[in-house]
Amino acid sequence: MKKIATGNKAVAEAVKQAKPSVVAAYPITPQTEIVETIADYVTSGQLASRYIPVESEHSAMAACIGASVTGVRTFTATSSHGLLYMHEMTNWAAGARLPVVMANVNRSLGPGWNIWAEHTDALQERDTGWLQVYVATVQEAYDATLMAFVIAEHNDVLLPVMVNLDGFSLSHIMQPLDTVEPGDFIPPIHLPHAIDPKNPTSYGGLTGPNDHFRFRWDIERSMRDSVNVIEATQKEFAKRFGRSYGFTDDYRCEDAEVVLIAMGTFGKEAEVAIDILRKEGIKAGSMRLRWFRPFPKLDLAGKEVVVLDRDYSFGSGGILAHEIRAQTKKDVYSVIAGIGGQEVTYDDLADFVRKRRMGTEFWFGVNTNV
Amino acid sequence: MDIIAEIPKEEYVKKCTSACAGCSSSLNLRYVLKAAGPDTVLVVPACCTSVIQGIYPNTAMNVPVYNIAFGAAAACASGMSNAFRQAGKKTNVIVYAGDGGTLDIGIQAMSGAFERGTDFLYICYDNEAYGNTGMQRSGGTPMGARTTTTPTGKTDAKKDIDAIIAAHDPPYMATACSAYPQDVFKKVQKALTCRGPTFIHILAPCPPGWRYPTEKTIEMGKLAVKSGMWVLYEREYGKLAVSAPSKAAMKKPIPLEDYLAPQGRFKGIDAKTVEILKQRIQKNFARLAAEEAAP
Repeated sequence: MKKIATGNKAVAEAVKQAKPSVVAAYPITPQTEIVETIADYVTSGQLASRYIPVESEHSAMAACIGASVTGVRTFTATSSHGLLYMHEMTNWAAGARLPVVMANVNRSLGPGWNIWAEHTDALQERDTGWLQVYVATVQEAYDATLMAFVIAEHNDVLLPVMVNLDGFSLSHIMQPLDTVEPGDFIPPIHLPHAIDPKNPTSYGGLTGPNDHFRFRWDIERSMRDSVNVIEATQKEFAKRFGRSYGFTDDYRCEDAEVVLIAMGTFGKEAEVAIDILRKEGIKAGSMRLRWFRPFPKLDLAGKEVVVLDRDYSFGSGGILAHEIRAQTKKDVYSVIAGIGGQEVTYDDLADFVRKRRMGTEFWFGVNTNV
Repeated sequence: MDIIAEIPKEEYVKKCTSACAGCSSSLNLRYVLKAAGPDTVLVVPACCTSVIQGIYPNTAMNVPVYNIAFGAAAACASGMSNAFRQAGKKTNVIVYAGDGGTLDIGIQAMSGAFERGTDFLYICYDNEAYGNTGMQRSGGTPMGARTTTTPTGKTDAKKDIDAIIAAHDPPYMATACSAYPQDVFKKVQKALTCRGPTFIHILAPCPPGWRYPTEKTIEMGKLAVKSGMWVLYEREYGKLAVSAPSKAAMKKPIPLEDYLAPQGRFKGIDAKTVEILKQRIQKNFARLAAEEAAP
């Protein structure tokens, strides 16, 4: 069904169709519209679910954990400080192998208070064992949320999935949305380690040095296995509903001599910049990284790489740039731009490519790029 | 029917715990689970029970136990209870948390779960310090008690968590003590017949923490009640009833010194602090008597 929706509404619509048994959530700008919409679905009987209006994000994730371990589908949404506040519990959800699905509306971190887009919030969750996908359109926010349940709950994965969408520049933007009837695309959840009083088991108790690492390794093993599950799920989604997604979204990369890599909405806007550059005779392409965890294998042989980070690791560098350097062994041009909603035009994006100086870092608006 | 005969023989805490000798908390848990029965899940935050239940891959527990981070027990139980009820299951969800996990780090999640009317039983077993980490002061440590972070005795009063819980107006709340296991059993049974959030605060004397010989663990609980340092009562739908042992104590308490003297943690407590503790006991007696007498 074709409609017009915000990124937030698109996520809520997908959640309604996935029918989680329990949604536990706490409001935070710019995510609030997601949980308000879900609360309305539950209250009006459109979604047969328990909506738990918790008193904090730490409790939101703890409640999802408690619900999930009974073997039911769970969802929550958060952003920025909310995500940071639940950090202890995001680790717990992954360690407990619970397929919680969460939408995170990417927003900067205080102080000072800033409610606009940035990726540092989700990237601080990099090492928790969550799968992370970054979307760029309202349609993709919807599609990725539907797929997140399938991937998280797949018994080769059983890890939580975070769907990331940029604050305001996607969460509050109206775009066309074509909804589907998911049918059996999302199979019934089967949690092999669900709590059963008839088979009493202790969960997460004291685990000694001879055992603890085995559980950690098992998270990594499933993270590696998730690659095939993601591919299969995206393929099945394309087959059923006609929209194709990969680990990356590549634009004019085949013959490109330089590739601009970004996540989220910048990754989509980069396509306009690439067209500008092509008209100037610069053989450029763009690659929008969709999946950050598991981090995909990138083929960038023979190409120069410009990485746009809407995030930063102080004392170290752009987080995405680091990941790409580590994986491809390439020296990149690292651009830091869009922090806290900083305006970046199509021409600015093109300029990052035009004026690239490989092996250096450039803070947009701080350094002079000459 | 005699209460002893009524208590089931089934054991849900097996004789392979890693509890300290004389641990009254594991004794409490034994009676809690006898009252709750097999269709029960325990939610346990970081506390002595994290260790007492055994080390992976073994467990001493014969009901499912979900271990969760320190400040998250009530929230986790809230999700679990909602999921069970949504699935039409009546499984008891019981939080079994220490005083640190209840009065201090867990108070926000607990308050939220009570305010939201979560269908669960929250049990705080109170050994009046962070026992698992070696007896540091908690909000539950009484004034004058020495802990490893109050080496000359705590200067602040014990936090009145029961008054805080009462402010949430739960259908049932009670205090209990490991020295009176039949009373623990009855109160847990009663709490589990209520829908909504219920609370039981159980005093759990701790031999290594309070520094008394292990064989005195029951006696220490009785001295706490007889001196009035701990008062047993229950409040059903707002109506208070002082339990029998405390009724007697309120009429004629034993000298507080009889409770303080056998415990190493109160060694060297000054007369002024003892006087403050005595005043608090009298104030508490008066407050509870007035509430019970009120129509």
